[in-house]
Amino acid sequence: MMASNYNAKEEDGHQPAAIGHGGAGTVKNKKPDNTAFKQQRLPAWQPILTAGTVLPAFFVIGLIFIPIGIGLFVTSNNIKELEIDYTGGDMSSPCYNCSQSYSWNSTKPCTCSVPFSLDQPFESNVFMYYGLSNFYQNHRRYVKSRDDSQLNGDKASLKSPSKECEPYRTSDEKPIAPCGAIANSLFNDTLELYYIDPNGSRTAIPLVKKGIAWWTDKHVKFRNPGGNDNLTVVFQGTSKPVNWRKSVYELDPSDPDNNGFINEDFIVWMRTAALPTFRKLYRIIHKKPNMTPTLPLGQYILEVTYNYPVRSFEGRKRMILSTISWMGGKNPFLGIAYITVGSVCFFLGIVLLIIHHKYGNRNHSADIPS
Amino acid sequence: MLRWIRQQLGFDPPHQSDTRTVYIANRFPQHGHYVPQRFADNRIISSKYTVWNFVPKNLFEQFRRIANFYFLIIFLVQLMIDTPTSPVTSGLPLFFVITVTAIKQGYEDWLRHKADNEVNGAPVFVVRSGSLVQTRSKNIRVGDIVRVAKDETFPVDLVLLSSDRAEGTCHITTTSLDGETNLKTHYSVPETLVSQSVSRLEALHAVLECQQPDADLYRFVGRITVTQQGEEIVRPLGPENLLLRGARLKNTKEIFGVAVYTGMESKMALNYKCKSQKRSAVEKSMNTFLLIYLGILLFEAILSTILKYAWQAENKWDEPFYNQKTEQERNSSQILKFISDFLAFLVLYNFIIPISLYVTVEMQKFLGSFFIGWDLDLYHEESDQMAQVNTSDLNEELGQVEYVFTDKTGTLTENEMLFRECSINGIKYQEINGKLVPEGMTDDLPDRSVSPLSREELLFLKAVSLCHTVQISYEQPGDGPGDPFSHANGFSSQMEYYASSPDEKALVEATKRMGVTFIGSHGETMEIKTFGKPEKFKLLHVLEFDANRRRMSVILQTPTGEKVLFTKGAESAILPFTTSGEINKTRVHVDEFALKGLRTLVVACRHFSVEEYEEVDQRLHKARTALQQREERLAEVFSFIEKDLELLGATGVEDKLQEKVQETIEALRLAGIKVWVLTGDKHETAVSVSLSCGHFHRTMNILELVQQKSDNECAEQLRQLARRIKEDHVIQHGLVVDGASLSLALRGHEKLFMEVCKNCSAVLCCRMAPLQKAKVVRLLKTSPEKPITLAIGDGANDVSMIQEAHVGIGIMGKEGRQAVQNSDYAIARFKFLSKLLLVHGHFYYIRIATLVQYFFYKNVCFITPQFLYQFFCLFSQQTLYDSVYLTLYNICFTSLPILVYSLFEQLVHPHVLQSKPVLYRDISKNSLLSFKTFLYWTLLGFCHAFAFFFGSYILMGEDTSLMGNGQMFGNWTFGTLVFTVMLITVTLKLALETHFWTWMNHFVTWGSIAFYFIFSLFYGGIIWPFLHTQDMYFVFVQLLSSGSAWFAIIIIIIICLFPDIIKKVFYRHLQPTSTQKSQMEEDKSSVSSEYDSAESWSRGEDNWQLLAASPPPAQGPALCSPSLLRPTTRASAAWTPCAATRRGRMDAPGWAGWWSK
Repeated sequence: MMASNYNAKEEDGHQPAAIGHGGAGTVKNKKPDNTAFKQQRLPAWQPILTAGTVLPAFFVIGLIFIPIGIGLFVTSNNIKELEIDYTGGDMSSPCYNCSQSYSWNSTKPCTCSVPFSLDQPFESNVFMYYGLSNFYQNHRRYVKSRDDSQLNGDKASLKSPSKECEPYRTSDEKPIAPCGAIANSLFNDTLELYYIDPNGSRTAIPLVKKGIAWWTDKHVKFRNPGGNDNLTVVFQGTSKPVNWRKSVYELDPSDPDNNGFINEDFIVWMRTAALPTFRKLYRIIHKKPNMTPTLPLGQYILEVTYNYPVRSFEGRKRMILSTISWMGGKNPFLGIAYITVGSVCFFLGIVLLIIHHKYGNRNHSADIPS
Repeated sequence: MLRWIRQQLGFDPPHQSDTRTVYIANRFPQHGHYVPQRFADNRIISSKYTVWNFVPKNLFEQFRRIANFYFLIIFLVQLMIDTPTSPVTSGLPLFFVITVTAIKQGYEDWLRHKADNEVNGAPVFVVRSGSLVQTRSKNIRVGDIVRVAKDETFPVDLVLLSSDRAEGTCHITTTSLDGETNLKTHYSVPETLVSQSVSRLEALHAVLECQQPDADLYRFVGRITVTQQGEEIVRPLGPENLLLRGARLKNTKEIFGVAVYTGMESKMALNYKCKSQKRSAVEKSMNTFLLIYLGILLFEAILSTILKYAWQAENKWDEPFYNQKTEQERNSSQILKFISDFLAFLVLYNFIIPISLYVTVEMQKFLGSFFIGWDLDLYHEESDQMAQVNTSDLNEELGQVEYVFTDKTGTLTENEMLFRECSINGIKYQEINGKLVPEGMTDDLPDRSVSPLSREELLFLKAVSLCHTVQISYEQPGDGPGDPFSHANGFSSQMEYYASSPDEKALVEATKRMGVTFIGSHGETMEIKTFGKPEKFKLLHVLEFDANRRRMSVILQTPTGEKVLFTKGAESAILPFTTSGEINKTRVHVDEFALKGLRTLVVACRHFSVEEYEEVDQRLHKARTALQQREERLAEVFSFIEKDLELLGATGVEDKLQEKVQETIEALRLAGIKVWVLTGDKHETAVSVSLSCGHFHRTMNILELVQQKSDNECAEQLRQLARRIKEDHVIQHGLVVDGASLSLALRGHEKLFMEVCKNCSAVLCCRMAPLQKAKVVRLLKTSPEKPITLAIGDGANDVSMIQEAHVGIGIMGKEGRQAVQNSDYAIARFKFLSKLLLVHGHFYYIRIATLVQYFFYKNVCFITPQFLYQFFCLFSQQTLYDSVYLTLYNICFTSLPILVYSLFEQLVHPHVLQSKPVLYRDISKNSLLSFKTFLYWTLLGFCHAFAFFFGSYILMGEDTSLMGNGQMFGNWTFGTLVFTVMLITVTLKLALETHFWTWMNHFVTWGSIAFYFIFSLFYGGIIWPFLHTQDMYFVFVQLLSSGSAWFAIIIIIIICLFPDIIKKVFYRHLQPTSTQKSQMEEDKSSVSSEYDSAESWSRGEDNWQLLAASPPPAQGPALCSPSLLRPTTRASAAWTPCAATRRGRMDAPGWAGWWSK
C-alpha cells in the first residue's frame, strides 16, 4: 500500500545520496545479520518417519498395550452388574398397572414389587443406579432450562429466576424454586431393596443416599439460600415446581444437610446426561464390616413407588446394581480396544520389520556398485 | 448557470475540451464572456480516510471482503435468533480481526495524512501581483508562476519559463519518478527565457495551451503564445519544457515556471494508481476449498434441519412432558421457525470455516516474508542491497513457477558497458590501452600514438562523441552552477558522465580515452576537445531516441558552418537508410561483433545543403508545434530526415555476463522451469549471449522464426518447425523468435505458436518491444495449462512484463528503480533467483499449503463431533463443547503450533534444495493443494472426528460410570472428553507433519497442550460470577480423576494417529518422493557431520563452487547425489547440475563452432 504511494519521506531520505555528498558514514550498511534465526538455520531436530524409527515404537506399543488391555478386560469382567427393567410395558410385568394408571396429581402412590435373584454374590460396595431410556436430557431447550445462580443460593435469583427457565419460571405468579425444566422433571420414583431370606422373611437392605453427587456440586455449586436452616422461611414466596408433589425444602426433611437445593438426588438429576439412554447413581450399599458379601446370592425384591411416567415418550426405566472398580463400572470397550490396537501394532511391527529388512538389503546392495 | 450547477454536482466532467488553456500569472483576457476553466487545486490527497469517515468507510471496505462479510452475517444471525452458541463466540474473533486491520490501516492512513500535510504545507514561492510571495504548496493554482530554487523539488507540474542561465535551461533528476539517476536538461522557449526576474515576468503576456492531464510521464504536448510588442509568437512545448512534480532541480540556481497541472492532476499523482492485486495459486485453491466447505456447511445444516423436522413430527419427541415449550415458541410461525432452525444449525457448524484461517495466513505471509530480506545469500555485498519484498501475498507462488521470462540486459548481464571494438570505414579496430588498433596490428607500434588519425577515424570518433544525450556533472557543484566550461577546462578528471543509456556512456568514455573528449553541452553548443584542441558545435536539433525507430540523431553546425546530421542506432534501423560508405563490410563486422556477444550500434552521418537544412528545420518546427498527433508527425519528419546516410562505422560494446548466470539457468531448468529470454537486442547478439549464459546448449537444435514478412510465410514456417520437432523429439530444441515475427505469429497462429514453444526447452525472443514482452507473458499465462509465470527484469522496459506475470521480480540494477518499484520482489543479482525460487519458494509453498490443509482438517475435526452429537440430542442444536472452548479452540489452543510451523518448517535443508533443483518438481503444479490431497486431509478430518466422537460414545456405552466412586458424568464431561482427545490429536497430527523441530516448535506444541490443561483447570475451578451458567464447574477435574478417561484418551489418540504414521512409513518406503529421498540422505550425512559444518556448508554464496569443486572429483557425484535405494531416472537427474556445470564451462568457448555451421 505504502509503497505504491508517493511518499515525501522517501524522497527526503534519498536526498543526501542524490546530492552526492553522502559519504560512507551516512550510508547505513544494509547487510542482514548472520544469525541462526534470520538465516533459518535454527538448530532443529529433524525426525524422519522410517520403518527403522517407527518399528521399535510399534513393538513397544504392542508389548505395552496387550497386557494393559488384558488387565482392563479382566478388571471389567470382574465387575458384577445386574439390570432390571421395571417400566411395566407389557402385561406380564409387575409394574404394568402402575405404568398405565398414571397421573401427576394422584395422591395415592402406586407401588409395585419386582422380584429378582442374584446368581452370584456382590462383594464390596454395591452401587444402585436408576436408568432411563429415550429421555433426552441433552435437548438444548432442556439443558439450558436452569438457573445456576438460583441453585447457588443467590437470593435475587430465587425471587426472579433466569428467563432461561421458561416455561417453568413462575407458577401462580410466584417464582418457582428450583426453576426450569430439569428441576421440574426430577425423577421421583422411590426404589427399595429387600433380601428374601431362604426362610421367606424380607430384610430391607440399607441404602445410603449420601455420596452420590459430586463433592464440589454438593458443597460449592449448589447452596441453599441463607444456609441450611429454616428452609421453610427462606423458600417462602416461592412456588414448587409444577410436577413436584412437595416443595424443595421437603425433599429430605430428616437431614438438613440433604435438603433443599443440596439434596443429592436433586443434584444428581441436575447433572444432565450426555445421551438419551443414561444412568444416574441412586443409592450406595456399603459393604458390611464382616466378611459376608454385600449382596449375597439369593432372592430379592425391588419395591418401586411408581411415580415417574415414561410411557408418553416410549421410555424405559431400569434399576441397576453394580460393583465398581477403580476404572468405574462394567466397560469392556477399553480392554478390547487396547488388546486390538496392541495386536495390530505388533502385527504391523512384524510387517514393517520384513519391509525394513528387505529395504535394508536393497539399500545395501545398491550401495555397493556405486 | 445550469452547466455550472451540473459541474458542481459532478454530472459534467469539468474538462470538456481536449486542451486546457492557461493564462500565465492568471491574467485572463479582459473581454466579458470569458469563462475560466476550472482546475483542481494543488492539494495532494493520498490518504483514504478522514477522521469523520474513517469508521464507516473502513468498516465498509473491510466487510467488502467476502470472508469478513460472512462472519458478520453469522454474528448478526447469532444476535437475532436464539442460537446455540453465544454471539460472543464469533463476535469476539471478528471484532479482533476487524480492529487489528482497522488499526493497521488507520496507522498507514495517518502516515499518509502526515506526508500529505507535509507536502501540501511545504513553503513555495509564487509570483503574485508583482512580487515574490511565500505561500503553501496547496495554494498554488494553475497559471501561477512558481519559483523553484536549486535542489528543491517541483511542487507542481511546471512549464519552464526561465532559469538563471542565459540559455534558459535547467537540469533535473527524476529519481523519485522513474528512478533514472541521470541529469536531464529541460529547456524554456526563447521568448520567455529572458524573464529571469519578477519584474520581467510581470511584463510577460503569454497564453499556454496544452493537453488535458494524463499519466504518461514522457508525453506532453502544448504550445505557448507569447505576446511581444503586439505580436503573437507561437512556440511548441514538449516534455523537454515540462518540469514534473516530484523531480528535483539540479545544477541550476533557480527557475521560474508556470503551473499547468496541479494537485491530483499532476502527472505524478496520476501515476499513483494502486498496483493491481495479484493472487497466488494457493489463495485461489484456498478459496475453492472454502467454497467446498461452505457446501459441506450448508449440507450439514440443511440435513440437520430436515432431520429435526422429521423427528419432531411426533409430539412425544417434539414436546415431551418434561420439556415443554414456551408460549412464544408454540405460537411462532412454522416457516419462521424453520428458517431460524436452519440458521441456528448454520451458526452451530460455522466454525468449519474459521475466521482465524485468514488471520493466520496473513500473519504467516507478513512475518514469513521477512526471511527473504534477511537472507544473507540474497544480499549483494558490492551494492549493499538486500532482497526486498514488495508484496507478501505471493511468497508461496515462488514455489510454483513454471516459466521464467527474463530480460537480458542488466538481468543476465551486468549492464556495465565496455567499449571493445569498432568498425570504421570497413576496417575493424580494437581498443587497446586507450588506442584504436586496427585488426591484425599489435599495439607495440611506437609511432601509433603520434600518428594522427585518418579522416574517417576522426569523423567517426567525433560522431560518437557528439551524437548522444550524455550530461556532465562536476565534482564540486557547490561552486555555483555558472558556466560549466570554466570548470571543465583543464580539470577534465573532475567530470563524470551521466547518461540514461549505459551504451552512450561507454561510447563517450571510450572516445575520451582515444583523445576526442566531450566536454559538455551548453545550451545550443556542444564542445569537444580533439587531442586538446577545443571545437564548438552548435546543436541545432536532437532527434530523440525512441524504441520504434531504435536510433537517435543530432543535427549540428560544425565550427566551419556545415550542417551535419549524426545518427546512431541499431544496425537494422540504420543500414537500410545508408547510401554510401562500406555498407557490406560493416554489416559483416556488425554480425561478427554480435557473434562475440557485443552490443552493436551503427553510426552514420548526413551532410545537409543549406536548402535541405531549411526544409528540415521547417518541417521539424511544424511537427514540434503541432498540437494533435504530434508523435505521428514527428515520426514522419524523422524518417524524412534520417535517410540518405553516409555510413561511418559500427561500435561493439561488451556487456559482461553476471556471475553464475549459467548455473542459475541450469538449476532452473533442472527444477522443471522453462526459461525464456526476452530481449530488445538484435538476433545474433541475443543468440550468442543465450549460448554463453547456458540458456541455449550446444547440443540443442536451434529453430528460428525470424524475419517473417507475411502472415502466410510465418504460418508456413511455424508448421515446418512443428514438424521438425515431431520428427526429432529426442534432442532438445531451442527457439529463436524476433519481435516482428512474433507479432505475426501471435496475430493469427497463437495455437500453433504455443505448440511449438511448449516443445522447445528454451525460447529466445529478440527485438522485443516492452509491450510485446508483456504480451508473450500473457499468452503463456492464458494458455490452457495456465502455468505460473515469473518475469524478471531491471529496466523500465520490463515493467509491463513484470506486472503481467504472476510473480514479478525486479533486479536492482543500473537502469533505475522503476522495475523494482513495480515488482513483487526485488533482488540484486540474477543468480539470487535460484535461491529465491528453489529454497524460499519451496519453503513458503510447503508451509502455506500445509497451513491451509491443516486448518481445514482441524476444523473438520472440531465441528464434525458437534454435528454427530445432533443425532443423539434430537437435533436440538445442543452444543457438545462449552462456548468458551468453541471460542478459544481456533484462537488459543491450536493457533500457535501451526503458525510456528508455517514460519519455520523446512522439509529439506536449504543447501540440499539448492543443490538438487529437481526437488522443486515435487511441489510443482500446486501438488500439495491438489484435489487429492485436499480430499485426503478432509477425509482424515472426518475419520478422526468419528473416532473422537464414537470412541467417547462407546466408552460411555450404556452410560456406565467411569469413576472409581460410582458417580456419573454429564453431557459437559462427555463434550470435554471429546474436546480433549481432539485437541491433543490435532496438535500431535501437526507434530507428525513437522519435520523441522526448532525449540519454538517444541515450545508451542507442548505448550499448547499444557496451556489447554492449565486453562481448563482454571476455567473449571471457579464459579464465574458474571456467567449465568456454571456448566463447566469442576467438569475437567472430574474427567481427569477418572482412570478410564485417561486410558480412553490415549487409545483414541493412538487409533487416530497410527494409521497415519503407517501410511507415511509405507509411502516413504514404497513410493518415496525425491524430497523424501533427500531427507533420508540428509539424515544419513548429518549423522556423520556436525551441525556446524552443515551450517558453514550452506553458508556463503558459493554453494555451486563448493559443490562442484570442493570435494575431489571422484566423490563429487556421491555428495551431490543421494545414494538412493533405487537410482531412478529422476534421481540420476539430481546430480547432473554438477556435471553440467563443469561440462558447461568447458563448452563455453566452443559455441562459436556451432554457430559457424
